[in-house]
Amino acid sequence: MHMNRRHLLRQGGALALLVSCGVATLDEALAAEASGFDAKTLDDALASLGAKPADSKDITLTSPDIAENGAVVPLTISSAIPKTDTLYVLVEKNPFPLAASFSIPDGTEPFVAARVKMGESTRVYAVVKADGKLYSTFKETKVTLGGCGG
Amino acid sequence: MGDPMRIRAKSSDGTTDVRVLMAHPMETGFRKDSSGKTIPPHFIKDVKATANGKTVLTARWSQAISQNPYLQFKFKGAKPGDKVSITWVDNKGDTRTDEAAIA
Repeated sequence: MHMNRRHLLRQGGALALLVSCGVATLDEALAAEASGFDAKTLDDALASLGAKPADSKDITLTSPDIAENGAVVPLTISSAIPKTDTLYVLVEKNPFPLAASFSIPDGTEPFVAARVKMGESTRVYAVVKADGKLYSTFKETKVTLGGCGG
Repeated sequence: MGDPMRIRAKSSDGTTDVRVLMAHPMETGFRKDSSGKTIPPHFIKDVKATANGKTVLTARWSQAISQNPYLQFKFKGAKPGDKVSITWVDNKGDTRTDEAAIA
C-alpha cells in the first residue's frame, strides 16, 4: 500500500499539469449535479448558495500567497461567527468554482483544512453559513505552475 | 473499494483533532490521456465522519479537491480510546470506510 501511494503521489505532479488543458464535455457537465456544484461562474455558484454573502473579518482563510503546484494548494478555513453550520470553498477561476462544502454539526469546531486544485492564479473564497446568513472572505493565490506551459 | 485511508485522531483538552489522508485519483474529467481521449471524471463526492454514533462532519466535494485528499477537522465530545470512522462515496458509487482509535 505504501508503494502504491507513493507511486500515486509521484504521478500526481505530472498529471496535474494537464488538469486545466482539457475542455468540458457533456458528460462532465452532467456529472457535476447537486446544487451549486454545476455552476460555471462564481456568481452563479454564490447565487445557488442563497443570498449574496456579506464580507466578514471573522472568517480566517489561509492559503499560500504563491502556490508552486496548482494541483495541491493547502487551505484552512475557520470561522469565529457564532452558529456557523456550513463552510464553503470556492475557487473563482475553476471550471466549477464551488470546490467543497462542509457541514459542521454541534460540537465540531468551525474549522477545516483541505487541499484543492486551481488551474491558474485566482481568488479563493471562503463562505460561511451561520444562523441562516452567509458571510464570506477571499484571498488571492498565485499559481506558478498551473495550467499548460504556464 | 480503493486503498485504505490513513487516519490520525488525537485528543487534547477535550478536543479531538482528526487528520485523514484518503487514496483516490480525484480525476476532474478535464484531462485527456495520451491518445487524446478525455479521462472520465472520478472523484469523491461525499464524506462523512462519525464518532460514538454521532456525525461529527459531513462534506460534499467537487473534482477540485486534490488527488489523494487530505482533510483535517476538530470536534468535542470524544475521549481517548473512542473510535472515529470516516466514510467516502465517489461519483461511481464506490465507497470505503475506515476507522481509527483516538489517541
